Amino acid sequence: MRIVHYVNQFFAGIGGEDSAGMGPELRDGAIGPGRRLATLLGDEHEIIATAICGDDYAAGHAEFAAQLVAQARERGAEMIVAGPAFTSGRYGMACARIAAAATEAGMPALASMHPDNAGLGEAAGAPLVQSGLIARFMKDSLDRFAAAARKIAAGEELTAQDGRIGPVARINRLAQRNAAERAVALVLTRLGGDRDAGEIPLPDFDSVTPAAPIADAAEAFLALVTEGGFVPAGNPDRLESARATKWVRHSLEGLDSAEAGSFESVHGGFSTQWANADPNRILPLDVAREMEREGAIGRLYGEYLGTTGNGTTVADARRFGMEWAAELRQAKIQAVILTAT
Amino acid sequence: MSIAKRVGAPRIVPTRGIPYPTGDPSLGPEQERAWRRELLERALHAVMTSVSEPTVFDGDQGQ
Repeated sequence: MRIVHYVNQFFAGIGGEDSAGMGPELRDGAIGPGRRLATLLGDEHEIIATAICGDDYAAGHAEFAAQLVAQARERGAEMIVAGPAFTSGRYGMACARIAAAATEAGMPALASMHPDNAGLGEAAGAPLVQSGLIARFMKDSLDRFAAAARKIAAGEELTAQDGRIGPVARINRLAQRNAAERAVALVLTRLGGDRDAGEIPLPDFDSVTPAAPIADAAEAFLALVTEGGFVPAGNPDRLESARATKWVRHSLEGLDSAEAGSFESVHGGFSTQWANADPNRILPLDVAREMEREGAIGRLYGEYLGTTGNGTTVADARRFGMEWAAELRQAKIQAVILTAT
Repeated sequence: MSIAKRVGAPRIVPTRGIPYPTGDPSLGPEQERAWRRELLERALHAVMTSVSEPTVFDGDQGQ
């Protein structure tokens, strides 16, 4: 098969964080880990091009994936593979999005990352295969990646033995034993010491290492963000009041306060009468400006980022968080106050 | 607050009600603004403090 391989700016050899803002592009042939992958894939397959995008760009512009998939297809690609991304969050999210976009476009696809990669939930059912924790495990990761890619190319399904990870599409099958028998068997298994045994894998929450403190708020560049459904009056972006699938950003330039009539909350999880009477109760702009004038806060970021945290899926919330982090890091923000409802 | 801890928010400043994280409608306008100021001062203190796990910054730990 004619394959296009996706890597980030780092593995493409272009640069590190300084190049993380680069946009999507396609280059001829295999690059970086793609060279070894091409060898492992054997003579039946060829990596015709490498798709590349900077991690920050990919985190902030979800459409990069569909663009690269379209370009790959124009180039004659029949399959797309991405990674390995190890535990790198933005890179993992980009790889998962590429695999999802290719699957949506009707092409076989595969991404490789560690099971703890925060980007895992972005794959939308596209196949994922396990990589090692960090790039030191490149060799084993590529062996497994290539083997899984050959299976996908042959039209076969990945199994747990192949290292398949991530949410698996649920397919109805007839079980050999009825539910009562299986439930009793499961109780016995658990009594036998396997506390995690089950038929349905449970989602787990990842843990985040706290960022280092800033030295002095009076010198810092600080952003206000919120999940309180805080929007300009009239909700021009139609931000959802529950189960939000997106986030919004709006300018705070020249504003001394979040005035009633200028902003409101569309949160569907509580009465918004107090927020609408004084939106500073959700986004504390009036006091933040006062402290900026007094020099207690170095400088306030010129816009806020916001969404509605109400029945939001963990996958969406994780995506918002990663996109916000990339966005704010690029803007050189040093600290963030997130008001939560 | 217990949710913030459980999901692993690193630095947490407790407030008085879900519908008004940086306010308190039971107070008069000036008192409410002073309360908001106190919350922001606690938040700034929090981001200047090293933490290794979800940590609550309430009044006692203020500056």
